[in-house]
Amino acid sequence: MKLAYWMYAGPAHIGTLRVASSFRRVHAIMHAPLGDDYFNVMRSMLERERHFTPVTASIVDRHVLAQGSQEKVVDNITRKDAEEHPDLIVLTPTCTSSILQEDLQNFVERATEQTRCDVLLADVNHYRVNELQAADRTLEQIIRFYLQKAAKKGTLITQKTAQPSVNILGITTLGFHNQHDLKELKKLMGELGIQVNVVLPEGATVDQIALLPQAWFNLVPYREIGLLAAQYLQAEFGLPMVQTTPMGVMATAHCIREIQQVLNAQGQAVDYESYIDEQTRFISQAAWFSRSIDCQNLTGKKAVVFGDNTHAAAMTQILAREMGIHVVWAGTYCTYDGDWFRAQVSPYCDDVIITDDHTRIGDAIAQAEPAAIFGTQMERHVGKRLHIPCGVISAPVHIQNFPLGYRPFLGYEGTNQIADLVYNSFTLGMEDHLLEIFGGHDTKEVITKTLSAATDLAWTPEAQKELNKVPGFVRGKVKRNTEKFAREQGLTTITVEVMYAAKEAVGA
Amino acid sequence: MTTTTQPSQLTFDCETGNYHTFCPISCVAWLYQKIEDSFFLVIGTKTCGYFLQNAMGVMIFAEPRYAMAELEEGDISAQLNDYEELKRLCLQIKRDRNPSVIVWIGTCTTEIIKMDLEGLAPKLESEIGIPIVVARANGLDYAFTQGEDTVLAAMAQRCPEQLPTTEKAEPTLQRLLNFNKKKAHLPTSDHPPLVLFGSLPDPVVTQLTLELQKQGIEVSGWLPAKRYTELPVLPAGAYVCGVNPFLSRTASTLMRRRQCKLIGAPFPIGPDGTRAWVEKICQVLGKPAEGLAEREAQIWLNLAPYLELIRGKSVFFMGDNLLEISLARFLVRCGMTVLEIGIPYMDKRYQAAELALLERTCQEMNAPLPRIVEKPDNYHQIQRIYELQPDLVITGMAHANPLEARGITTKWSVEFTFAQIHGFGGARDILDLVTRPLRRNQALGQLGWERLVSPPQG
Repeated sequence: MKLAYWMYAGPAHIGTLRVASSFRRVHAIMHAPLGDDYFNVMRSMLERERHFTPVTASIVDRHVLAQGSQEKVVDNITRKDAEEHPDLIVLTPTCTSSILQEDLQNFVERATEQTRCDVLLADVNHYRVNELQAADRTLEQIIRFYLQKAAKKGTLITQKTAQPSVNILGITTLGFHNQHDLKELKKLMGELGIQVNVVLPEGATVDQIALLPQAWFNLVPYREIGLLAAQYLQAEFGLPMVQTTPMGVMATAHCIREIQQVLNAQGQAVDYESYIDEQTRFISQAAWFSRSIDCQNLTGKKAVVFGDNTHAAAMTQILAREMGIHVVWAGTYCTYDGDWFRAQVSPYCDDVIITDDHTRIGDAIAQAEPAAIFGTQMERHVGKRLHIPCGVISAPVHIQNFPLGYRPFLGYEGTNQIADLVYNSFTLGMEDHLLEIFGGHDTKEVITKTLSAATDLAWTPEAQKELNKVPGFVRGKVKRNTEKFAREQGLTTITVEVMYAAKEAVGA
Repeated sequence: MTTTTQPSQLTFDCETGNYHTFCPISCVAWLYQKIEDSFFLVIGTKTCGYFLQNAMGVMIFAEPRYAMAELEEGDISAQLNDYEELKRLCLQIKRDRNPSVIVWIGTCTTEIIKMDLEGLAPKLESEIGIPIVVARANGLDYAFTQGEDTVLAAMAQRCPEQLPTTEKAEPTLQRLLNFNKKKAHLPTSDHPPLVLFGSLPDPVVTQLTLELQKQGIEVSGWLPAKRYTELPVLPAGAYVCGVNPFLSRTASTLMRRRQCKLIGAPFPIGPDGTRAWVEKICQVLGKPAEGLAEREAQIWLNLAPYLELIRGKSVFFMGDNLLEISLARFLVRCGMTVLEIGIPYMDKRYQAAELALLERTCQEMNAPLPRIVEKPDNYHQIQRIYELQPDLVITGMAHANPLEARGITTKWSVEFTFAQIHGFGGARDILDLVTRPLRRNQALGQLGWERLVSPPQG
């Protein structure tokens, strides 16, 4: 048993359902007790999804426990087949129902005899893998199933497309800014003259899986979901994979260069160097931001980074390489893939932490006392408590990670968004710092009854000058706090000394 | 609505369908706040933990007084000793938080692996010196709000039979204060003790207590109280009355195990229900109810602007939190037509007075009797909603946005679980919730933004 207050990644069935419900015309049946189907709530509420989530819980209750579930599960599969006409039904248990050790594979076979659609049992161990690993496996399982089916039927298309083309793997519902990233990736591929062959699983139908082998290569933007599928396609069809996440100016360039190599190797003479140079120096604002005076002031500032492998690694590299920020430590909660993370970030930070224990991360933040945190919603919360600003860079997702506006993390627009996030995180920190020095946002007492405070107190020219140095957004507050302090002390003239005495007194 | 084939009696269907509601462990979210010196330990899997974390659509960050005892592979396969594992966790909780009580929330998993929580608790309790209450709030047997029922039923067994007579209780300041308070209250009442059960926010507790005080009735305690150390005294023969419609198990525990007498009243939701509730208690305790008609009339007068918005409109309850019958009865009294009441579980005995009031209200308002569907099938319900086109659907969170996108106005049922809907004062809050989507529709007027999905998607 483990005492747990919070977790970074959900249970396995959430990953399976994320993949299944990202497809079009795929329905998932959960074999689960009442209330375990909160995936539907997460999708409807967090992502503000307008369609009914294609997930139905075949409820396990006392009655079912006593009788066995076969009839009910098979009934629900055949019923959904008739009601929704999906191409595929994916059956998944939850942690709870998996311990019933019912022969779900047998139910699937029974149901398949009666359904028009295909039926698959998601093949994951609910006590050994988490949401991300399960999503990765389920995607691979579905792809493998349909490619084998197509091979058997002889409908597989292995002939490459005439123009260079790409499959983008691992874009899912309830993913961190996935929709925005996808749009940005499509734009990037378009500018490189590469057709997008298939995007999986988001918005795809299972029919499209048979088209996968005709692409020139696979792009796996997120290491957590899609890697197994890409590895399978590489082994089975020799389809090359590009798995550098195009996040940050340098990584995006690296990713494009890898794509260039892959295309060159297949006889397509492309040279993207001028494109990279143009984007880096003139289109993306991020490289310019790095050279600008604003970013100069961030040099050597301390930050910590925590998140999933993809985002935490990329963010560490961006902060260290592109902005000159000192990353005290970088960490990931993808403990099952920690070696990769360590190799990625070790050159760019003092220390690496691999854990899914949020209290350990909270303590590590408190110890490091960074000027800013780049982490998950949990680190944002820790930051609030410690008065350290936090930019959220990674799942687990929160409704705030589904902004209505366009906020990709990948590609060249992603570099702008990240630069904004970094800048705002640090400057918000400075604002907070100033507010703290001068006594905070909340004035608990009214200082004077009149609207104008310029009656009984005189500011010396030096003090006035000092006041004018205070940034505009806190100047009024500083003035009021100082005057309040002066009144309490029975002073009539405010000098620079009084100002600082006030700062000390009110600040304390 | 045309009502050609109006049934003369309430009809009950049980669809035994696939329906969505929250897991009963969600009661932890409000009970830990209500019982301030408690700690809730949910003994379950990652699935349970992730639900609590994401429950109700918001992540909960503050390190609250609840946690998961996450069962791992070794626990499931019985390689680890349950007692030692729970002891380790409970000692840590004692060290970190020092609560007055630890409530173990059993889940589906502990049911399936047959973990003997009730057997382990007494031994561990005496070993670590903190009371351990065991509630089986599992989704195999219960729905959403019934989680509270399992916890209160377990706590009912811990209520003292009489006040401690000597000062042998630890002389903490808190205890002395409470001790005196209770002593000050009890002798003044000239009726048998009355204990109310159901978890309500403190201001509502005060309101309902005062409402009864006006009739000369002293409430001797609430289950649960603000602190576990202040559980109400429950002598045999005490009267008990529930404030929530989902507490049938607590009611039967109080009757069978504690020999209490249950006052079967409609629930104090809406001015009509609150009046009926107070009247019933008065009647049982032999007090003439005074001024209630005027009080109810005044509330209705205050509600007039809201009533204009909903009179003649239809409402469909998909079923979620077991408050459906009471809310439907109040909305019929407000002049609405209730098309269907979905409800996860229907205890006709515990809800008898409420069902009778619903029937009477429909007759008096000349409204059709609604169809009550237990364990509804959400898919079929949605087909019925498309057909009936209700003016308002009260539904769980999973279906609200998709229905809105199809031009069906909705309100989240879960909001009624958390809003202060009880008592004369709560009526306005109910109608504020019910009318908000209708007022939103008015505000957005003729923008033509009713259907936000393309037709083939249905």
